[in-house]
Amino acid sequence: MKPLAPVSGHARVALGLLFFVLFFGAWAFATLGGYVSRTFLADPLTMLNDGWELLTKHGFAFDIGVTVWRVVGGFTLAALVAVPVGVLMGAYKPIEALLEPFVSFARYLPASAFVPLLILWAGIGELQKLLVIFIGSVFQLILMIAVTVAATRRDLVEAALTLGAKDRGILGRVLIPSAAPTIAETLRLVLGWAWTYVIVAELIGSSAGIGHMIIDSQALLATGQMIFGIIVIGIIGLISDFMFKSVNRWLFPWSLA
Amino acid sequence: MSKLVIDSVSRVFPGVHGGAPTRALEPTTLTIADNDFVTILGPSGCGKSTLLRMIAGLDTPTAGRILLDGRPVTGPGPDRGMVFQSYTLFPWLSVADNVAFGLREKGVAPAERAKIVADWLSRVELSGFGRHYPKQLSGGMQQRTAIARALANDPAILLLDEPFGALDNQTRSLMQELLLGIWQRDRKTVLFVTHDIEEAIFLASRVVVMSARPGRIKSDVRVDLPYPRHYTIKTSPEFSALKAQLTEEIRGEAMRAADEYAQA
Repeated sequence: MKPLAPVSGHARVALGLLFFVLFFGAWAFATLGGYVSRTFLADPLTMLNDGWELLTKHGFAFDIGVTVWRVVGGFTLAALVAVPVGVLMGAYKPIEALLEPFVSFARYLPASAFVPLLILWAGIGELQKLLVIFIGSVFQLILMIAVTVAATRRDLVEAALTLGAKDRGILGRVLIPSAAPTIAETLRLVLGWAWTYVIVAELIGSSAGIGHMIIDSQALLATGQMIFGIIVIGIIGLISDFMFKSVNRWLFPWSLA
Repeated sequence: MSKLVIDSVSRVFPGVHGGAPTRALEPTTLTIADNDFVTILGPSGCGKSTLLRMIAGLDTPTAGRILLDGRPVTGPGPDRGMVFQSYTLFPWLSVADNVAFGLREKGVAPAERAKIVADWLSRVELSGFGRHYPKQLSGGMQQRTAIARALANDPAILLLDEPFGALDNQTRSLMQELLLGIWQRDRKTVLFVTHDIEEAIFLASRVVVMSARPGRIKSDVRVDLPYPRHYTIKTSPEFSALKAQLTEEIRGEAMRAADEYAQA
């Protein structure tokens, strides 16, 4: 191994899979070998079996669908607000001066702490779940997008000015296209965080969703089901990450090294 | 006829953290004739780039005024095309879209735009590269695109800030001939900033020499070598004499820097 030396595509896939195999191997060894009590940790086979039962007998697919819809819905709302606000904050210093202190403060308000308050305001329906995700993501998105736009190369802005670009041209034809790939990366990153908030929202006052199933399983000490639920979240995260990356690659071929 | 008038223009940068202000450019007066190719030659820190940026409208003089075609310069605009030392092509646009940037901003119709772009790409010998992204081009090709992008806009004057500074010697030499070829066809007024004595003489009909600390014009030298100029002119006795004279002009603190650059 040499520092920063590239690894071939096949080796990359093989190494990535290897760690999953090692992880499940260690898990199987600890549980099937009898080193860990079944009450606290189910073995991988039980987990798969429980998962199959969840999907076939208990309609878990519906829970998955509900959770995905909540994440996508709340995150889309957050993005619809954060992208324009963040771009304007990054581009116009007075807007930044107005909003930056508040957004920096709001960013540190934990979304989970809002759950009781939001239940009071919005009940325990879908709106409350969406709002938890919205509050959890929107301030992070605004700040990161504002920083990205503000960091646009000054010489590109100057080149556009000498080519006759006016304020709107600078915003629409330099700042936004220049920041777009990083904004897309920011969305991908924060979408991952949105998955944390949705489960928190579903642990309290929920009648469906992956988080709801996990809390139900806790009462039954069904660790196999709980772990299956957690793994399902991981897999969906992996899929959405992969989709985001492919879309970004397709949208911004110029930004790839 | 004077195209550009620089009238007692100076630039003082305020001191940082209560330090003394930096006098980047002493009051400078300079007149550039229409269709002339003028180089501004000087060592780093002589204020030559500051002067060019003020003409472009990207910086504001502390005192004095700049007139282009009799109208005062108040900010950047498409009548002053600029080519920067750093690679400033828009990386998200293809080469053709980069060249078309100013035309789109002006609202030129797509068909007309495509015609002008194709014409300029062929003039900088980049036909067939229109669909490439800037990162797929070499440094010399990127700067040729930048020149095409500035000229496609049909500016009244072309400003170049050490555009070939980052290129190797061979490429730089070819770029100088290409730029001269374009200038001889269009006779656009050109103001070219460089720290390379040979480059300054080879390109210009007039070399304005500046000295550093404080930044000011030290001398104004005519270059009476006939156009079109071939690279072999660089070894002629007249060229060598001018080079010796200009080297003499920027002696002292400047000479050390200039020699380093001339040999680089």
